[in-house]
Amino acid sequence: MDLQLLIDIFPQVLLDGIILGFMYALIALGYTMVYGVLEFINFAHSEIFIIGAFVGVEILLTLRSAGLFEGLPWPLVLLLILVAGMAVSGVLAVTVERVAYRPLRTAPRLIPLISAIGVSFFLQDLIRLVESVWRNEFNLVYPTMDALNHRFELTATIDVSVKSIVVIVAALLMLWVLHLLVNRTKIGSGAMGGAAGVLFGVQYGLINPYSGFIPGLKAFTAAVLGGIGNIPGAMIGGIVLGLLEAFAASYLSLLTGGAFGAEYKDIFAFSVLILILIFRPKGLLGEIVRERA
Amino acid sequence: MSRNPVRLTFVLLAALGLVALPAASNLEAQGKGTIKIATQSPLSGGQAALGEGIKLGAQLAIEKFRGGLEKMGYKVELVPFDDQAKPDVGVANAKNLIADKDILVVVGHLNSGVAIPSSEVYKEVNLAMVSPANTNPTVTDRGYKNVFRVCGRDDVQGVVGGEFASATMKAKSAYIIHDKTTYGQGVAEFFKADAEKKGIKILGFEGTEEKSNFDPIITPIKAKNPDLIYFGGIYEQAAPFFKQAREKGVKSKFLGPDGMDSSDLTKIAGKAVVGMYYTSVAGPVSVYPQAKKFAEEYKKKFGKNPEPFAAQAYDSAAIAIKALEAAAKGGKAPTRDAVTAAVRDVRYTGITGTIEFDGKGDPQKALYFVLQVVSDNPEKWGDNKEVKRLTIAAPAAKK
Repeated sequence: MDLQLLIDIFPQVLLDGIILGFMYALIALGYTMVYGVLEFINFAHSEIFIIGAFVGVEILLTLRSAGLFEGLPWPLVLLLILVAGMAVSGVLAVTVERVAYRPLRTAPRLIPLISAIGVSFFLQDLIRLVESVWRNEFNLVYPTMDALNHRFELTATIDVSVKSIVVIVAALLMLWVLHLLVNRTKIGSGAMGGAAGVLFGVQYGLINPYSGFIPGLKAFTAAVLGGIGNIPGAMIGGIVLGLLEAFAASYLSLLTGGAFGAEYKDIFAFSVLILILIFRPKGLLGEIVRERA
Repeated sequence: MSRNPVRLTFVLLAALGLVALPAASNLEAQGKGTIKIATQSPLSGGQAALGEGIKLGAQLAIEKFRGGLEKMGYKVELVPFDDQAKPDVGVANAKNLIADKDILVVVGHLNSGVAIPSSEVYKEVNLAMVSPANTNPTVTDRGYKNVFRVCGRDDVQGVVGGEFASATMKAKSAYIIHDKTTYGQGVAEFFKADAEKKGIKILGFEGTEEKSNFDPIITPIKAKNPDLIYFGGIYEQAAPFFKQAREKGVKSKFLGPDGMDSSDLTKIAGKAVVGMYYTSVAGPVSVYPQAKKFAEEYKKKFGKNPEPFAAQAYDSAAIAIKALEAAAKGGKAPTRDAVTAAVRDVRYTGITGTIEFDGKGDPQKALYFVLQVVSDNPEKWGDNKEVKRLTIAAPAAKK
């Protein structure tokens, strides 16, 4: 085991984990906000999230084919796709609530949950249908914005890219706005999801109609970890999960001499989660449910 | 993730269509009935580019060569199945497919991990499978009478990669990533074994199903700074990995197996993969002189360049038709058993060379290539440079 290597990569893994954590946190906010109001897990949120990413990529690809992509300053482009992603996902979230949840308001808790799962499947394949008719593509690639890929090399082994900083700043900014407005509404949670989707696309570069599923599941876990319904809890839960995953993926193989590799990262991360929840069943910061009038 | 109302509706509609069509065509066919050739390959999802190429390649061959069978009084049809690159879907399709008595031969699959369990189903009824693309040794090493492939094998491809890494790329150290599938992990292990034998130090061997965030995998790689990164897997996953690795400042050279061979690799990864090498069992169309006309016809008919394995699928379907003709000789109706037996005796010179099967169903001699990506423009994927070409006989089965 190479101790020097373990120490050398530590700051970079920490940074990777925090960025991933902020990504989970942004998505987790959506789950937690809906739970705070409606008291059920909105499993369609993973698709509301990924639709934001699709809106972003469609705008970027349209700009590029119109020849405007290179000319516009990147902060403007980024702002444009963020706002558009937030708008579409926000409207979608409201629509889903009207169509799939509101008629079930008086039904037992499990019924809207099933309805949410149905909406999730429906949206996945709706995106797939639209994209195959429209572009005949399954995977869509975010056009590279060179300015966002610029990396600051802090040391020989640590660096951070502009887009990672954008993710962190945007997450903090949104948390602050949310705190200011205490905007626990459907449109708010949808908009948050849309923004997370755009940032996900910008950060990782490749999306398909099913890309929302796994991050959605992880973010839901993060929301439970932090205390479902609790907004700062979702933030902390996201970051804890992101860090656990990053450290597990980077260190497991180094620490075990290759016996356990990065493929075990989820097993490790979720084992730790189970441990935490055994001792704090209501999550790190506790569950919050709004009193019903 | 895949059960949903929309797809169910489509499946029902498709099923209705399948029921309705033969009924209509039976009225038209005045001859001895219909012979169906099935394809199984991913027609939807992230590997659809290659999967569709297999279907279209087979379609072109069937349209071109079915005349002989038609003269004997048969109607020849293609029945495409979408295996979604998933073993469970491939097996479910296989079960449907063997129930249709008119299907006498299958061309497919793309993924070894799908082909292996699906061919267990074909074996139940001795239905011949001619594979254009499955490279995992197990596909033929099981010794099944009904399984054939026209391409090379990963135990050879891994060695070709190891040899190239050591002799030409002069790599002293390598980091290996694989996708945990039968194909990807298999070829990665063959590469690893050979690279170690040639003195290349293996700094890591990681399996991952991750599709978007490769940061935590890249960080240790960057710190270890290997000469070479080998990705045993498919372009859909390898491309974002390579892209993110370059973005994070990884300077190692990239190498991969034939799973890299799709224009989607450059579509997704862009500049990051220009100059990288990959080994393949299917050379670009330009290396086969006879395939030029095929490429032109393909482009004219379907409006796009043939993807890798489309030419192999064309040859596979042509072999299937030759076997069908042999089985139908003398006016008797061809059976699955007769077709399966006939495939083994086919000696066929197609657009990818002369193919003759050995006792296991491997081609007696297969071509292996090392290719280099020349451009970040996906349209130019067909121009990738051939760096090396080898003709190697299939190894004997190890039991």
